[in-house]
Amino acid sequence: MKRDATGAAVLFALVALLPLAGEAYWMRLGTIVLMYGVLAMSWNFIGGMAGYPSFAVAAFFGLGAYTGAVAQKFGLPMGVAWAGAGLMAMIFAALLGLALLRLRGHYFAIASLVVAEVLRELVNAATDLTGGGMGLNLPIPAMASIDAQARFFFYAMFGLAALTFAATLVTTYSKLGFGLRCIQQNEAAADMLGVDTTFYKVSGFVLSGVFVGMAGAVYASWVYYIEPPDVFDVLFSVKAIVMVLLGGAGSVFGPLIGAALFLGLEELVWRNYLEVHTGVLGLMIVVLVLFLPKGLLSLSRRFGRWRPLA
Amino acid sequence: MSALLELEGVTRRFGGLRAVSNVTLAVPVGEVVGLIGPNGAGKTTLVNVITGVHPASEGTVRFAGADITRLKPYQAARRGIARTFQIVQPFSGLSVLENVAAAAMFAGGAAYGDAANDEAMQHLRFVGLGEVANKSAASLTLAMRKRLEFAKGLAMRPKLLLLDEVNAGLNLNEVEAALELIRAIAARGVTVLIIEHLMKVVLSLCSRIVVLHHGELIAAGAPQAIIEDPRVIEAYLGRRYSRAQAGSNG
Repeated sequence: MKRDATGAAVLFALVALLPLAGEAYWMRLGTIVLMYGVLAMSWNFIGGMAGYPSFAVAAFFGLGAYTGAVAQKFGLPMGVAWAGAGLMAMIFAALLGLALLRLRGHYFAIASLVVAEVLRELVNAATDLTGGGMGLNLPIPAMASIDAQARFFFYAMFGLAALTFAATLVTTYSKLGFGLRCIQQNEAAADMLGVDTTFYKVSGFVLSGVFVGMAGAVYASWVYYIEPPDVFDVLFSVKAIVMVLLGGAGSVFGPLIGAALFLGLEELVWRNYLEVHTGVLGLMIVVLVLFLPKGLLSLSRRFGRWRPLA
Repeated sequence: MSALLELEGVTRRFGGLRAVSNVTLAVPVGEVVGLIGPNGAGKTTLVNVITGVHPASEGTVRFAGADITRLKPYQAARRGIARTFQIVQPFSGLSVLENVAAAAMFAGGAAYGDAANDEAMQHLRFVGLGEVANKSAASLTLAMRKRLEFAKGLAMRPKLLLLDEVNAGLNLNEVEAALELIRAIAARGVTVLIIEHLMKVVLSLCSRIVVLHHGELIAAGAPQAIIEDPRVIEAYLGRRYSRAQAGSNG
């Protein structure tokens, strides 16, 4: 655990230096990669550790975005709005988890996929509160310059990613993480060994929701205009899963590495193959997952040199 | 003689099928009780009723004086009911040590980390798996996996150990070794309820035997009385066994 923590401290320190590069493009890319990192690390709690293929990331993200946005609309300070979004996602995840985590495998995946659609329709319908399909404008943050604003949101996302990573580390090396691994291996046997499977699964699901909800709220404040199809986009769920699979499911660093790799590929492909970029990206992902089913981190284990997970 | 486990009028239905029907029995503290019966008699279902996997449709299950009829499996496990599976179920992606540490931690109440690992190691040495503690559980042979089940069961700090056909699929030497192990576990003061097909094992281990047939309890008592009970001979041991008995006596 100490080695993981040290490695992470170095990594995060390097990322924190990014604003020195100063360029707006890199700031924007950095903020997005940190946000993706939060989504991927969050999915890892339920999908990687417990083995429940959740597609609820988009639901938590949109819920957080709208909770934060509506809170700010009513004049609450940004920080309070973000915390409120986290709390809302947490409560929602707990209730949703109690209902959905009775299902397994494909059934759970499909049920969790529908949640974002339901929330999107609800937000669409609640025009008075959310602006419905017209979207919602947030107060533009009063800051000295565009640059200062970019730096502020970069560090906000950075803090959130660091928090999510700390939660990952603590969970991995605790009874909770161990219990989730047992559930992933064989849920009935875990139950027989005294694991309160419902409690553990719901805990994992809550962890997979709370940080995503906050990320949604930070995102909303950052772009200061949100609309339902934007924040309840199912691609948020899909991307989180792909990133974790790229990096290595259930591991500590896998989701972060996957997020960085995914964004790198996305940018590269988008720049070079503007018209067919999603197709090319999809193809590359298929190839990677096919030949490295346990993610990039499995390479280091296969060659036995660098062992961050030992 | 106080009973650790008491079943009273226990019935378990699956739709129209009564897999276990009105079973009343008591397992006294410190004894090794054999549960026998032909295939499909409801033995495993009875174990599932006791552990809460398939709660009783009717009747009550009492354990150490408390009603546990509606408890969930993990709650039963924490109260001290450990079971092994007929088809062994290790966490194949974890190491042998981690498998046992999980049992020590979640049911036995050991603290996460060294405490659980140390305790797991003790149990592994006891069952003779100390050497392979750090190997993947998937790499074990069937006989070793059965031993792993014993170690997991012990790590749960059980009052009652339910052994579901732990000897199925083992050769004679392995059965002998397993018998020694069960005796050693019983000598520690753990009450054992064992489902077994091998009569040799049942007769050499058990102080009491209960017999299920079509989900009903047809006999209970001392081993000698059971093998002479005509209903048992007819239902379970068959005519060939009774002829052999007659042959060896005369």
